[in-house]
Amino acid sequence: MSGSNPLKKTPQKATGLHVGTAAPGVKKVDPILVADHVSRKFGGLVAVDVEHVEIPRGAITALIGPNGAGKTTLFNLLTGFDKPDTGSWSFSGKDLAGVPAHKVAKMGQVRTFQLTKALGLLTVLENMKLGAKNQTGESLFQSIFPFLWKKQEAEIEERALEILERFKLIKLKDDFAASLSGGQRKLLEMARALMSDPTLVMLDEPMAGVNPALTESLLEHILDLKTQGMTVLFVEHDMHMVRHIADWVIVMAEGRIIAEGPPDEVMKDEAVVDAYLGSHQDVDLGVVTGRITPPKDEK
Amino acid sequence: MDINSIFINTAQALFSPVTIAFAMAALGLAIHFGFVGLLNFGIAGFMAVGAYGYAISTLTFGFPWWAAFLASMAASAAFAVILGIPTLQLRGDYLAIVTIAAAEIVRLLLLSTTWIKTTGSADGLVAYADGFRSINPFPDGTYGFGPWSYTANQFWVLIFALIVLAVSAFLLWRLVKSPWGRVIKGIREDEDAVRALGKNVFAYKMQALVVGGIVAGLGGALYILPSSANPMLFATSLTFFVWTALLLGGAATVFGPLLGAVIFWVLQAFLGSLLPAMADAGLLGALSSAQAGALRFVLVGILLVVIVIVRPQGIVGDKRELTFVRK
Amino acid sequence: MKSATAENQPFLARGMKMILIAILAFAGVLFASPAMADTVGDEYETKILGNVKNEGTPLQGVKIIVEGNGYTAEVVTDADGKWSIGVPEAGSYLITLVEDTLPEGIAVLEGGSTQTVDWGFTNTVVWNFFIGEGERNPTSQLDQFFMRVFAGLNFGLLLGLAAIGLSLVFGTTALPNFAHGEMVTMGALFTLFLTLAGVPLLLSFPIAVALSALFGWGLDAAVWAPLRARGVGIVQLMIVSIGLSLTFRYITQAFLGGGTEQLPGALGSPEIPIFRTVSLSVNDLVSMGVSLVVLIGFAFWLLRSKMGKATRAVSDNADLAAASGIDVDRVIRVVWIMAGGLAGLAGILWAYFRPGLKWDMGEKILLFIFAAGVLGGLGTAFGAFVGAMIVGVLIETSAQFIPSDLKYVGALVVMIVILLFRPQGILGRRERIG
Repeated sequence: MSGSNPLKKTPQKATGLHVGTAAPGVKKVDPILVADHVSRKFGGLVAVDVEHVEIPRGAITALIGPNGAGKTTLFNLLTGFDKPDTGSWSFSGKDLAGVPAHKVAKMGQVRTFQLTKALGLLTVLENMKLGAKNQTGESLFQSIFPFLWKKQEAEIEERALEILERFKLIKLKDDFAASLSGGQRKLLEMARALMSDPTLVMLDEPMAGVNPALTESLLEHILDLKTQGMTVLFVEHDMHMVRHIADWVIVMAEGRIIAEGPPDEVMKDEAVVDAYLGSHQDVDLGVVTGRITPPKDEK
Repeated sequence: MDINSIFINTAQALFSPVTIAFAMAALGLAIHFGFVGLLNFGIAGFMAVGAYGYAISTLTFGFPWWAAFLASMAASAAFAVILGIPTLQLRGDYLAIVTIAAAEIVRLLLLSTTWIKTTGSADGLVAYADGFRSINPFPDGTYGFGPWSYTANQFWVLIFALIVLAVSAFLLWRLVKSPWGRVIKGIREDEDAVRALGKNVFAYKMQALVVGGIVAGLGGALYILPSSANPMLFATSLTFFVWTALLLGGAATVFGPLLGAVIFWVLQAFLGSLLPAMADAGLLGALSSAQAGALRFVLVGILLVVIVIVRPQGIVGDKRELTFVRK
Repeated sequence: MKSATAENQPFLARGMKMILIAILAFAGVLFASPAMADTVGDEYETKILGNVKNEGTPLQGVKIIVEGNGYTAEVVTDADGKWSIGVPEAGSYLITLVEDTLPEGIAVLEGGSTQTVDWGFTNTVVWNFFIGEGERNPTSQLDQFFMRVFAGLNFGLLLGLAAIGLSLVFGTTALPNFAHGEMVTMGALFTLFLTLAGVPLLLSFPIAVALSALFGWGLDAAVWAPLRARGVGIVQLMIVSIGLSLTFRYITQAFLGGGTEQLPGALGSPEIPIFRTVSLSVNDLVSMGVSLVVLIGFAFWLLRSKMGKATRAVSDNADLAAASGIDVDRVIRVVWIMAGGLAGLAGILWAYFRPGLKWDMGEKILLFIFAAGVLGGLGTAFGAFVGAMIVGVLIETSAQFIPSDLKYVGALVVMIVILLFRPQGILGRRERIG
């Protein structure tokens, strides 16, 4: 493969995720999320029109496609941040259609946002503690009696510090999140999402705006999620990254899924190449535009 | 100019039930706006509901004083819920307009002669404080010293109001420092982020609206306890004075509204005595003393403009914590 | 198990719930027992009182309604046929004897069941209706309704003048201007000072409007434009507008005191019969005429002139307008000048409509200016006009069906309902919401 491998070691890919031939809407062996007939229109524009899609459990799935393909809209629909015109889907067997966003999050399906939503007016540690589930102190009546939740708070803090340590944010724990760099805030958002021990982590363009040095760190963390048994679904534009860590790729265009499969196969798919990748994606941009003559041995 | 009476009037405002009632209203508004970011421009309506809730349950339904206070709190909570269910999803500027209108509706309903038997309409209500006075633990006599001299009844109202204020402030302080307060802080900045973390944002906002509303309603009840209830007291200007006190002290703190209320009333009393005296002494040109009295509210208006631009975090607030300020 | 929180109730169900609550609230108001008091407003020094007798026999339980200067109250005669209504100030009032509360076969024989009281020089006015056996004019209810419609149109037109300014300010700067009421008061105030200084009335009107426009210019130049340039947040701007409203309102009180002044010619305007028993005063007719002319002129300006079109463009979408080369700051300045002038004119007309000039006269109608703007669609001038006409007529005619001192509540309820269910109003577009 061309393009340098940003990771320390080549990740183990999951295989055998699908049943039958890889095609849009193909059934998975062990799906964590199954969706049917999901559609969403804005005015006259069809944003999402997905017949059937299944997300494999325990694997890293990438959702790719050109801008406006409906990826973030689909994200919003599946996580309860938007209401579909039609459609039903289930998460680990539980019917999710129409369930509001906070309930979806409680069920173990967390998401991050394209424009990072690290809460700048809270400290890093407070951000982390906010991500925890079932803190009794968050209920109105119990909050006035500290003795009811002090112990839980200490446990949550311990867990938060542990995750922060892993994400190398521990030194910043008492800083206001607003004072962190963009990349650090992305890490914080991801770290925060892990506080509730989710089953499915949905990342909306996790690499957007992140400097190359931090990219390596982020990729390791995403792979780590899989190692810990979580399922990951992420939206990305960086094809190198997708190819390296994704076990499965779903391609959307104009609201529909036009291809599905392991990364290598999907990237050779003609429809995908035409709609999205471009036929020279393996070649240096300079060569494509004719500004650079390639060295002879690379032709 | 009678310096002595100016001093007495000003000093009295420091420890007056009106000041304390005002501080309660500012405290309630602090929860609504300072902590949750709700643009409640109808706080006068909450005070009216709390005040008339107390007076009407005493006069029309014959409640004993403690039940009347509970009824007042229940009425404020109900008002918060009725107002909140449809409006909590509204964006800021629309919420501002709706809350002013809601408070005006409350005032108009109280002013109308349709229910004059219960509300007293424009004449208002009096004589609802008898039950409260009957449990006065202080025997007849004068209490205090210097400008702070009170009859037994006045002293009782003052002490009671101070206790209510202290308890409310303490409970709210606890609330704000707890994980519940942490969720609220998050909601103030970005609702969607907090939703994505599994918190029911609507429920939290409603709880804050009810808690703040009950505190403001109690403020209303304390406001009228020493004297009489009248719809004129709860006009839109009252809301804006409470806002001024809140912003002056520090909107996103528990101590700020208390500080702001005290400074506001002391300033009001001071200017309310000083300016007419200056006018009478001819120091303000052709202005009569009545006209000079109106000047202090002009200064309130200017103060509000200056604070919100120059120091929006108020005296004790932290600028880093503000969400309604754009850099 | 899904609980029925607002977050996951389908929108239609929430809507139905709210409509039901609104209906119940209104029904509660409608069916509330009417006032049984025979005297009202005891704390006022100025009173209107009277005695209802049929050929010497006092009639009990007859309903009398007094309306005027933004104040309404009703009483019911006591066993001696006596009634008394305290009013906040001396002025012109409409006094109605509700004929339905008279015994069968008895009617008001002269002057109609609604008559105008103009104040004399004392604190008390005695008003007696001349009643006796006779045919109740069955059309008097209908005539009353028409009178109210005309009053509503008159009020709506002046509301429209103010609402257009408010709506365009909101459209171009996203600011709900809570000081708009004071801009209205200024017009009347300037006129008063000019006439007191000896300027002939017909000259003082345009000068006062020009001064109001200047006031609007001054507000933008000294306050709003600098704050916009600093990037001050919209919440802060709203609070600034509230501070400004307090400031100017109390400056006005410092000058005027708490009482009511009248502009020359406000009282005693001759009535001109229109049709049946409906009559309008000369003041009413002139007011409506002036409003219409100005509104039509403004409409032409908005539709045809270059600045007018630029204004509509900015109000629609400021970024797009700026990208097409429109000087947005200049447009906003012009909008504030126009808003000031229109509000000032509205203030003059409002001073003739009430009639009376008071320090808080603008604040009294601020919420209705907002209601008009919201109903029509904040940001569109035509919407503001339509909204104002509806609000004006709604307020005045609702007094026919509900207790008259609740007629303002209806308009406020409508505004809240609109903001909840169709915040873009009648003519506004959905995209500018949220």
